[in-house]
Amino acid sequence: MLNASILTWLTFLPVAGALVVLLLPRRGRAAEGFTLLLTLAFFLLALHLPAHFNYHQQQGFQYELNVPWISSPAIHYHVGVDGLSMWLVVLVSFLAPLGVLISWRAIEDRKREFYALLLLQQTAMYGVFISLDLILYYAFWELSIVPLALLIGMYGRNDGRRAAIKFFLYAFIPSALLLVGMLWLYGQTGTFDLVQLQQQMHGWSTGPHAAGLWLTSLAFLLAFAVKVPVFPLHGWLRDGISEAPTAVAMILAGKLGLYSLLRWHVGLFPTEAAHVAPLMVALGATGVLYGALMALVQTDLKRLAAYATLSAVSFIVLGIYAFTAASMDGAAYQILNESISASAFFMLLGILYERYGTYDMGQLGGIATKMPGLAVLFVITTLSLIGLPSLNVFVGEFLILSGSFQTHPRIAGTATVGVILSASYMLWMVQRVFYGKPSTSVAALSPADVNWRERAAVWPTIALMIAMGVASVFWMHAIDLSVPGMAPNKVSLGAAVTPTSAYATLNPTRGMTR
Amino acid sequence: MNDAVNTSIISVAPALRLLPEIVMTLTGVLVMLLEAVLKPKTSRKPLGILAILGTLAALGASLYQLHLPAGTAFFGTVQSDAFSVFFHLVIGGIVLVTLLISLDYFEGHTNNVGEFYALILFGATGMMLMASSVELLMVFISLEISSISTYILAGYRKRSATSPEASIKYFLLGSFATAFFLYGIALCFGATGSTNIYDIAKGVAGGASPLLLTVAFGMMLIGLGFKVSLAPFHVWTPDVYEGAPAPVVGLMSTAPKAAAFAVLLRITYGAYGTATHIWMPLVWILAVLSMTIGNLGALTQRNVKRMLAYSSIAHAGYLLVAFTALAPMGIAAASFYTAAYAAMNVGAFGIISYLSGYNEARTNLSDYAGAARRHPVAAAAFAVFLISLIGIPFTAGFFGKFYVFTAAIDSGHAWLAVVGLLNSGVAAFYYLRLLGQMYMLPEEPAREPDTAHARPSFVLGMAILVLAVFVLGIFPGRALRLARAGAATFADRSVPPSSPAIAQLQTKQ
Repeated sequence: MLNASILTWLTFLPVAGALVVLLLPRRGRAAEGFTLLLTLAFFLLALHLPAHFNYHQQQGFQYELNVPWISSPAIHYHVGVDGLSMWLVVLVSFLAPLGVLISWRAIEDRKREFYALLLLQQTAMYGVFISLDLILYYAFWELSIVPLALLIGMYGRNDGRRAAIKFFLYAFIPSALLLVGMLWLYGQTGTFDLVQLQQQMHGWSTGPHAAGLWLTSLAFLLAFAVKVPVFPLHGWLRDGISEAPTAVAMILAGKLGLYSLLRWHVGLFPTEAAHVAPLMVALGATGVLYGALMALVQTDLKRLAAYATLSAVSFIVLGIYAFTAASMDGAAYQILNESISASAFFMLLGILYERYGTYDMGQLGGIATKMPGLAVLFVITTLSLIGLPSLNVFVGEFLILSGSFQTHPRIAGTATVGVILSASYMLWMVQRVFYGKPSTSVAALSPADVNWRERAAVWPTIALMIAMGVASVFWMHAIDLSVPGMAPNKVSLGAAVTPTSAYATLNPTRGMTR
Repeated sequence: MNDAVNTSIISVAPALRLLPEIVMTLTGVLVMLLEAVLKPKTSRKPLGILAILGTLAALGASLYQLHLPAGTAFFGTVQSDAFSVFFHLVIGGIVLVTLLISLDYFEGHTNNVGEFYALILFGATGMMLMASSVELLMVFISLEISSISTYILAGYRKRSATSPEASIKYFLLGSFATAFFLYGIALCFGATGSTNIYDIAKGVAGGASPLLLTVAFGMMLIGLGFKVSLAPFHVWTPDVYEGAPAPVVGLMSTAPKAAAFAVLLRITYGAYGTATHIWMPLVWILAVLSMTIGNLGALTQRNVKRMLAYSSIAHAGYLLVAFTALAPMGIAAASFYTAAYAAMNVGAFGIISYLSGYNEARTNLSDYAGAARRHPVAAAAFAVFLISLIGIPFTAGFFGKFYVFTAAIDSGHAWLAVVGLLNSGVAAFYYLRLLGQMYMLPEEPAREPDTAHARPSFVLGMAILVLAVFVLGIFPGRALRLARAGAATFADRSVPPSSPAIAQLQTKQ
């Protein structure tokens, strides 16, 4: 019963919640409290997915629902999840209550609108992850731009409006090409359904459709790459992240675009993706280094976080397009890790900002003496982000790098420098902000250390960093089922898969069965 | 005249073919008479309510026509079919909401508001008649009926400086355009010996002079292009929209355009159906020009009404893209787009009329700064309309564009879809700028007291439109089926004329 409808409930309940939030009284803590309860309930509901997931089903989607929506053109309400999208749905549900907790004091003006938009955004993200029909997917994809842009614009700290419009146009204009590509596909196949498209497009790469298919795949790639963002298309990221309130920065970059690359670019156009892969690998490596180098020279913490994000998502792009089983598994896993660790980082920055009212590293220093609790959380998060073994990011980075060494040794070698650089800018940042002599502005204030509410927001992410670093098999299990399915064309993928793939060394039992 | 359609349907009384128009006319006359009887200083609200009831009755009459077999009456000059019903519903819906919006708009500012309602009703009669005419002279007469009413309506804020200016400009350029249209009809008659759509079609297929036909089509296209503000015949649009009262702009930027597009559809796919090579190139040139000039023009505007005027030029361009598609799909897509566009554009001007009041206190972009704080509900509705104009999914604007560009791509005009969708990316910027003004800026101190307060009728009108935007954006199936049934009346001459349009509606998926 619940299995068929749970994804639908999860997706549309947040919208209903958003409407209720708009009607709540303006005063008091009604909006925050109600949204917190709602998001916690959604999280519990989302846990149903991994609990009842069939981990032995090798292919296809689970919790599927496929009903006609519009008869002509044939658009279906077709939803379902596989191992990767299931964990992404859980991830969205997990981060939502934390986002509410961390915004509790940060957002004081126009609270109802804020939480309503946050809930709307949650719907859009669920929709993106569960849609198996192109138009349904596109609808949620476009919808996800609106609340984000509004949130950045309405709650930005300096010039939110500019950043919001920039973000919107960056995301919206390539989506126009995406739509043209979708309509072209429909014209050729008569369907928008992912599975049917994959079947029908099999072998097209050499047929009469080759040219159109090539252009369409590029349109898809461009739209997703902007949203990730992939290296030269990251123009919106710095302003977007630096303006966005904490809860929005947590969900702004990464997973939507990366997931779409896997599902709708690699999954739909395996041959074209293989052709474009060397370019994407190179762009990924460039992004890793460029982001890290730019992060090194930032004086604003939010901007440093933005470039660190660019570096981190570029790693994942590198992993996806290296096209080995290990690197793609690692990339998929890293989408989760990056999201969790970056969220923790943004939340800690937000806590810091609430205390001192600035992100400028020049004005901060020696905070550890004033706020030891915050310093501990900060250091753990930093260690996770720079890829300390036994924490989550390490697992993903290791898989990505070891996997991509097989196909692109030189580029992977170059990207490894990014790991060192990330350690440099993160540790240097921690040193400047937390240790040393307290700066004048820090010495002047003695704010309270991290309180219970903030602890409640940050600790779950820290717990996950450790758990996902130590017991990665638990998550990998489902991801491992789905990622090969993303690239149905085994030619490009299979060639690179060797029994001694890096993943096999990490997880012998599963690795050998390939 | 057109015997093939006419013979088997003797049973339908001719008057039934014009039922909605007749209802509208009678209501208009009644409103005029009552206006003269009422005391000068009393409220004219009852007349407005009467007009609303009349419009509802006309909408009902249109729906009733669905149950009639498609066919012509009055010597083959008018035809009621699913196509005409679709446009009647769109026009009737626009008029209904416009009446609801303007019920309180003129209260306390102007006397004799009764004539305002009557003019709207007469104008609507003309527009509805345009949608059901299959005889070009009839089209011309109904075009004049609708135009003359809108000329007067544009100047209805008599004591403002801009409103009469708008009216005169609209009148001069509009009559110029209708002259072009008339000349086109004359040339068409010269080429084919008839002014009836179906007889022209026979003439076109039978090898009438291509040169004459091309010039005739060009003339008619210029005439209609003025009415729907296609570039390069758009120059009047910003000035007129800026000056005319906001509720009237909502009406005249949608209803006459819907009617004119209905005529254009009848001419292109009906009369010139076998000569697509004549009009296809002209149409896509105008489409590209309108989309680009409209959007680029809107980018530089500081006045919100002028900005939306340029946006309406761009939307006319998007709509014209549908004309480059093959017959049934293109017609259905264009019809659907008129409905979607009407819902969001009337809504946008309705909110402007509410926020800026009778004296148009808010005209510039900067006047909307922080409007979301003082008027959260109105701003939210405005946001819905703007998001729909951008074309975000789950709103009417998305499926409007979706169908138009699907039709274009299926007919092999993928590049036109690329141009159009990139244009809509540009367009997103100026809509967003307005949205940003309302939501993302602190409130400006009001220069004059804010008089806006929502009346029930206004709220009802806006609620209808918001609902329409979402219904067309989430469940477009029903409206699309009607549009397709309308499109089928063009090409599908095999459908026995005796079967009512409603039967067609149920079989055509």
